[in-house]
Amino acid sequence: MDTNTVRKIAHLARLAVPENELEKRASEIAGILKWIEQMDEVNTDNVEPLANVANIELTLRPDAVTDGDCQDKVLANAPESVQGYYVVPKVVEQES
Amino acid sequence: MTNLTHLTIAQALDGLQKKDFTATELTQAHIGAMEQTRGLNAYITETPDLALKQAAESDKRRATGKAGTLDGIPLAIKDLFCTDGVQTTAASHILEGFIPRYESTVTANLLRDGAVFLGKTNLDEFAMGSSNMTSYFGNVINPWKRTGDDTDLVPGGSSGGSVAAVAARAAMGATGTDTGGSIRQPAGFTGIVGLKPTYGRCSRWGVVAFASSLDHPGPFARTVKDTALLLNSMAGYDPKDSTSANLPVPDYTKALSGDIRGLRIGIPKEYRVDGMPDEIEKLWQKGIEWLKAAGAVPVEISLPHTKYALPAYYIIAPAEASSNLARYDGVRYGLRVEGDNLTEMYEHTRAKGFGSEVKRRIMIGTYVLSAGYYDAFYVKAQKMRRLITEDFTKAFEVCDAILTPTAPSEAFAIGEKQDDPVTMYLNDVFTVASNLAGIPAISVPAGLGAQGLPLGLQIMGRMWDEETVLRVGAVLENAAGFSALPQGIAKAA
Repeated sequence: MDTNTVRKIAHLARLAVPENELEKRASEIAGILKWIEQMDEVNTDNVEPLANVANIELTLRPDAVTDGDCQDKVLANAPESVQGYYVVPKVVEQES
Repeated sequence: MTNLTHLTIAQALDGLQKKDFTATELTQAHIGAMEQTRGLNAYITETPDLALKQAAESDKRRATGKAGTLDGIPLAIKDLFCTDGVQTTAASHILEGFIPRYESTVTANLLRDGAVFLGKTNLDEFAMGSSNMTSYFGNVINPWKRTGDDTDLVPGGSSGGSVAAVAARAAMGATGTDTGGSIRQPAGFTGIVGLKPTYGRCSRWGVVAFASSLDHPGPFARTVKDTALLLNSMAGYDPKDSTSANLPVPDYTKALSGDIRGLRIGIPKEYRVDGMPDEIEKLWQKGIEWLKAAGAVPVEISLPHTKYALPAYYIIAPAEASSNLARYDGVRYGLRVEGDNLTEMYEHTRAKGFGSEVKRRIMIGTYVLSAGYYDAFYVKAQKMRRLITEDFTKAFEVCDAILTPTAPSEAFAIGEKQDDPVTMYLNDVFTVASNLAGIPAISVPAGLGAQGLPLGLQIMGRMWDEETVLRVGAVLENAAGFSALPQGIAKAA
C-alpha cells in the first residue's frame, strides 16, 4: 500500500484525494489491512464463500408496471433538471 | 402531567386508553423534553408541528375506537430511514437537504399503527462508527456522566441520537439500524434496551444502505416489553426488499412469560478477551447467576472463529459500502460540486460530500474488490463468514441462547479511541459476529459500573427466534432491576 495505490483506488472510487493526504491515507489503510491479515491463520481452502445468510428464494411476479408516473417526485431532489431530464456536464466531445 | 416522559410505552398505551391523558398531551411533553435536552444534539431534524398533527389525528382515532397498536406513542426515527417529506441525511453532507418522496417500510408500518414521529435522530455518517463522532451534524453527547465528573461521553454508535433521545426521556422509543453493533453497543452505553432482529425480519426498503447483507433495522426502548411492542409493528414481509422473509410475525409480547426453566444458556469461552475490565467480567458472571436462579442451565460453548469476525467484517462491510455509496454522484439528489467534466464533478462532489471515515471505508472496499485482491481479501472474508455462521449453528445444537457482555467497555469520552481506527473498531468485538450470521440479539441494561455508567448484557438466539431472545432478555431485566437515571434527567415526581 503506497501513495500510487491510494491514488489509483481513489480514482476508481471517484474520490478526489489531495496529494498531501495520500501518504496519511496509505498508512491508515495499510494498518487496517495488516490487522485484517490475521484471517490468514485459518485455512479456508475447502470452505464455500457465504455472501448472504438470507436463504430466501427470489420470488417472481407478473411482468407488469407496479409503480411510476411520478416524474415530479423522481426529479424533486435533482441538483439540476430541465424538461424532465437530469442535467450533467457535457460528456460527448464535439468533433472539431 | 409532568411525569408523562417517564412512562413506558406499555404504560402510556394504557393511560391513553383510560383517557388519563391524550396523545396531544403526551406528544407535547416529549416535544418539551426534546427542547430541554437539545444540548445532547440527539436530533438532526425536529418535527414538532408534524408530531402534533399526528397526535391530533391519533386522538380522533382513539375517540372513534379505531386506535392502532402504537397509537399516539411519540418515537424518534434514526435519520437513516427515509421519511416522506422530511429531510433524511444519513448524517452526511452529501445528503443534506434531501427530502424523500417516499416512506421506508419500517416507518410506514409504525405510522400504520398510529405512532407519532418527533424527529430524525443523529448518527455516525452513513452509520459508520461506534461513537457518533463521524456525523456531519456534530457529536451526540451521552446523557450519562461519570460520577463526579462532567466530561462529555459518547453515546456509542452508530445509532447515538436514537439512544440519547430514549435515555434522556426525549422519546419513548426509537428506530435504529445495526450493521456491526450499531443498535446494541449504544443501547448498552446509555442504559436502554436495543434489539437487532434476525436478518430479513424487518424490511430494509427505504433505509439508506450501508452494507446490505449486514444491515438490520430494529427497535430501541427502555424496557424489553416496549421493545417487543415496537418489533410487532416494525417486522413483517415486504416484497420490496428481496431479502425480506415471508414468515408469520408472532406477537412478541406473548414471549415474555418469564419462564426459562431448563433453557440452556451458552457461555462462549472465546468472549473472555484480553484487557476486558474486571467489572464487565463480573457483570457477566452475575448474569449467569441470574439466569441460573430462574431455572436456566448455563453451558460452556465454543465459537472458535470469534476473533476473525471483526477482520472479516472490515472487508465485507466496506466492500458492500463502496458499491452502495457509488450512487452518490451529484446527479439525481444530494450535494453537487461542479467540475470541468463529468468525472471531475463526481470526484469533487464525493470528496466534499463524504467525511473522512466514510472515504476510508469506500477506499478499502474499492481496494478489496479490485482485480488481484478480490480473492485474497473479499473471498477470504466470505469464507470466514461461513465458518463464523457454522460456529453458531453448532453452538445452538447444545444451547438455546447465548449470553455475553454487549461491549468490552463502558461509554468513553469524546475524542478517546481516535488515534487508530482499529481501536475504535474493537468496540464491536462482541456484537459483530451476529451480524455476519444474521441471528437475533438484544442488549439489556444490567447494572452500573464503578464510575456510575450503564453496562449491558447481550442475548443472542437462533435464526427467527426473537421470542427466546426477548424472553431471556426480560428475565435478565427483571433480575437486574435497572432503574438508574442519567444525571441531569429529573426523576419522575
